[in-house]
Amino acid sequence: MAQVIDTTITKNSERRWSWSWGKILRQVAFYIILLLIWYTLANSGIWPSYLFSDPTAVSTTLVSGLGDGHYVEAIVVSMRRLAIGYGISLVIGLMLGLFIGRNRYIEETIGSLVLGLQALPSACWIPLGLLWFGLSEQAMIFVVVMGALFSITLGVDAGVKNTPPVYLKAARNMGASGIALSTQVILPAALPAIITGLKQGWTFAWRSLMAAELIYQTLSLGTLLEGGRELNDTAQIFAIMIVIVVMGVAIDTLVFAPLERHVRERWGFAN
Amino acid sequence: MSIQQQVTAMAQRSAIGLRKERTTGGISLRVAGVSKTFNMRGSTVEALQPVDLEVAAGEFVCFLGPSGCGKSTLLSIIAGLEQATAGTVYANGKEVRGPGTDRILLFQEAALFPWLDVQRNVEFGLRQAGVPARERAIIARKYIEMVHLKGFERSHSHQLSGGMRQRAAIARALAIDPAVLLMDEPFGALDAMTRDHLHSEVEAIWSATRKTVLFVTHNVREAVALGDRVVVFAPRPGRIVREFHIDLPRPRSLEDHGLVDMAAEILGVLRQELKEEGHGTSH
Repeated sequence: MAQVIDTTITKNSERRWSWSWGKILRQVAFYIILLLIWYTLANSGIWPSYLFSDPTAVSTTLVSGLGDGHYVEAIVVSMRRLAIGYGISLVIGLMLGLFIGRNRYIEETIGSLVLGLQALPSACWIPLGLLWFGLSEQAMIFVVVMGALFSITLGVDAGVKNTPPVYLKAARNMGASGIALSTQVILPAALPAIITGLKQGWTFAWRSLMAAELIYQTLSLGTLLEGGRELNDTAQIFAIMIVIVVMGVAIDTLVFAPLERHVRERWGFAN
Repeated sequence: MSIQQQVTAMAQRSAIGLRKERTTGGISLRVAGVSKTFNMRGSTVEALQPVDLEVAAGEFVCFLGPSGCGKSTLLSIIAGLEQATAGTVYANGKEVRGPGTDRILLFQEAALFPWLDVQRNVEFGLRQAGVPARERAIIARKYIEMVHLKGFERSHSHQLSGGMRQRAAIARALAIDPAVLLMDEPFGALDAMTRDHLHSEVEAIWSATRKTVLFVTHNVREAVALGDRVVVFAPRPGRIVREFHIDLPRPRSLEDHGLVDMAAEILGVLRQELKEEGHGTSH
């Protein structure tokens, strides 16, 4: 039996692997063509080079920025804010979502408020953050928290509400209640929906943090973007945009995609 | 002797000790005037007419009937997971007021927790009861062996076949050492061969532990193969129509002539009931 299972898993992953090689080749070809078009347009003389740098200038800036360490330092600063803010909204969001999902009165009141605030673009929290905390680290973290919190809360809420009743019955029958029921059954059962909320929360937090960093002038990714504007340095703007995209894609593929795949497989959803 | 060897020896001694230790035998159940009605869009649906039933300690009783006859509802009420509209269930003479680990319900979909491996699933009830981790592991191992899942302790639900999931669910229930097993069509989704195999395992476990078993099924042969008694239900409104005592020798074989005859007789009664119901509602 175990052997049968093992071979099916290998077969599946082999198929996925061979398929993704074709995909990678097509994608590489596309980006080479895109770079060529960019290069041709930038060197065509239509726009001055300080408004539209060519890929070689951008890559030189990128390499020197990463080489002398100040891009790395900016990445660390931004990621640190993101990690602290995201951690805070994770803790609050898990508790809030659990309460909203389990209690009708909390759902009718706080639940409706969260649903409303979710509709607010997270960059809208920046002015309030700056007023309350000044131009400070706390303001940046506040923006991240507000960006991620409502998505995480609603994800947990949705997962809790959709817990298969049979798990709850089995757990209660086996003597689980109170906090043990929440932490050992309801939250794990809700994990697929929670991860969807976590992913959305992270995207919103990342976007609003970049917007907030345009205003708060200490070394960070957003500040480097703004610095590029002040110095008429489009090469730097492009380079930092590339860094931001790469960071975003990296977190998505290295953190969330494996987590999502693992949970979907284990929870028995076909993928 | 290395630490590893000492630990192993200790675990073996405790396992032997456990094997000698007697498990909880069955308790009696009494269902007194239990009924269930649902309100659906203003109209009342009678899911179960008032039912009276006595089950002796250690008895194996099958609830047989088509879907919608209230047999699963009655099982849930006995488990304490659903409230009766009227009437009372007594377990060992005491009124049932909610779920309890003396009565464990098993479901058709096994309901193993997908985030836990087999070992931790089987340990779940013990963990809720505050049994220390080492002891939990030993007890779980014993029941995993009993249902022939040794080697699959680290497997998760999605890696197991339907039959293996049910075995794991049975081990999870037995680990709590309940007095009553309430089985709600546990093998309904399995293929015939797997089901036959599990029948003999359930029969063997029941013979060894002498727990009270209530087994819900819509399969006549399954009911006759397993039960000391078969209680036949009819639908709309859900009610008990007949009871059969099955005095066939155990272990039973599905090919046994006595069993086949008994199944045919019960099937006749069931058909008659359904036909009458058809006439009754046609006016």
